[in-house]
Amino acid sequence: MEVLDQGIGAIFTDPDADKAREFFRKKSRALTPKVMSVKEAVEKFVHDGDYLCIGGFGANRIPTAVCHEIVRQGRKNMGFAGHTSTHDFQILCAGEVFDKLDVAYIVGLEARGLSPNARRYMESGKVKVSEWTNYSLSVRFKAAAAGVSFYPARNVMGTDTFKYSGAKIIQCPFTGTKYAAMPAIWPDVAAIHVHEADIYGNCRIRGITVSDLDVARAAKRLIITCERLIQNDEIRRDPSYTVIPYWCVDAVCEVPYGSYPGNMYGEYFSDEDHLREWLKVEQDPDEFKRFLDKNIYSCKDHFEYIEKNGGMHKLLKLREKEFMFTKARD
Amino acid sequence: MADYNTMELMICTAARELEDGASVGVGTGAPCAAAMLAQKAHSPNLVILFEAGGAAPLIPEMPISVGDSRTTWKAIMASGMCEIMETACRGMLDYTFLGGAQIDMYGNLNSTRIGPDHQKPKVRFPGSGGANDFASFCWRMMVMTPQDPKRFVERVSYITTPGWLEGGDSRAKSGLPLGAGPYKIITNMAVMDFEPESKRMRIIAINPGYSEKDVQDNCGFELLKAPKIVENPPPTAEELAILRDQIDPYRYVIGR
Repeated sequence: MEVLDQGIGAIFTDPDADKAREFFRKKSRALTPKVMSVKEAVEKFVHDGDYLCIGGFGANRIPTAVCHEIVRQGRKNMGFAGHTSTHDFQILCAGEVFDKLDVAYIVGLEARGLSPNARRYMESGKVKVSEWTNYSLSVRFKAAAAGVSFYPARNVMGTDTFKYSGAKIIQCPFTGTKYAAMPAIWPDVAAIHVHEADIYGNCRIRGITVSDLDVARAAKRLIITCERLIQNDEIRRDPSYTVIPYWCVDAVCEVPYGSYPGNMYGEYFSDEDHLREWLKVEQDPDEFKRFLDKNIYSCKDHFEYIEKNGGMHKLLKLREKEFMFTKARD
Repeated sequence: MADYNTMELMICTAARELEDGASVGVGTGAPCAAAMLAQKAHSPNLVILFEAGGAAPLIPEMPISVGDSRTTWKAIMASGMCEIMETACRGMLDYTFLGGAQIDMYGNLNSTRIGPDHQKPKVRFPGSGGANDFASFCWRMMVMTPQDPKRFVERVSYITTPGWLEGGDSRAKSGLPLGAGPYKIITNMAVMDFEPESKRMRIIAINPGYSEKDVQDNCGFELLKAPKIVENPPPTAEELAILRDQIDPYRYVIGR
């Protein structure tokens, strides 16, 4: 097929569909319990140099505990999919865990402003970047989930986003229409936070799913954190609620309030005071170091982090806010 | 005439562009406020879509994130990124509202970097997010931004998000879907559209209290002028009441 134009950006993962099939051929289909701690899951499944993808949408339904644990265990030289990433990106930048980055949305926390530390890291020259868009990365996961090596998209053409990407422009064999061919991403490892999972990894999600259903299927190794474990009988009672099947999953970690300080649909709202504090302390590198020592490095796990930031009292406030009870507006 | 600030004027101007039954893809902040105002004031059947998956909510208060729970409050569907962008790509999304650090005479936007070295930029911004996607697919792309010569530059140093690209028929030749592109630019001083042949930005309406000279003086390139330039009507008391009492009571956006 003739390539009409191509970007100069790097492709950090191998888009070969047959190599991916060889990997998935050997991935276990056994219905075995996969419950473990976040610490154990990160030790086992997240390695230096891996290409990582984090589910959710920045500060909504994110696996915060996994992001903290990756920083705590000091992973380095990773690749990362900067897809809809906000607070998750901010955490990973604090540990400088990646040095190869596919950019769709980074550095910012939407209406809250830009992260000073993430900007410092991205302006340091330490990170090799390729540019994409949120939808471009979505279809790169979609291609991988479908077991094909690329997906044709109608965005990015004519822009510098294309120029600094690894996409190639091709023509439709039927109509002659131009398409930007987006290469598949099979992440080495992904982490997704869900509402409910059983011990085997069958998952239920409420609210928006962003790109997580494709990410779950594209990832070679998948860590699930869940608000609560449920019985396998409950999954089988009505399988129409299952959005990720167990054969995609490698680890299941029960982490109630696991998206904190992010929002969790139908459970709790984001802790805006704490997110504001993150942005503020990042202005001063010394203060930020003390903040990270307190909130990540000296914490045993996610519960200790929550305890240090208001504990159950805070969480109940965030639950009220999620449901917009009038008390929460005080 | 009601008393108002420029952000309130921009939001009211933008809201009037969204007719009942239309669909719009929005981000947080002023674009979302405009869509909410349109829905409450005159377009109860406005379909509001968020890139993260929120589809047709009845938004109770300003969302902080395009993926937070407010974007699916009493919504028709909680979906995902592909669902929303595929809806746009197959031609069912009429409008989008975007912003950016820089905009040029053809409506191209830069939200990626300042400085020549891509691997070590002088200033790094978030990048496209969903902006390139919405601008590529939605029939009419609109921008809400303050009028400022540092923001309105002749050519952006980096095209994150496509406007009319190099002008003329360059966008049609690029491969982007035909017939879609920048439609209106709404600032604190004026409303601009794009001259149909050259695709260059031109003034079509001036806000109360400003002159054509003010607009040109606060723009880094020469603006074309429509054959007839009208005065943009100020916000009505009803629009302001909805905006202040229901949409943004804590003045997160209109207090800026």
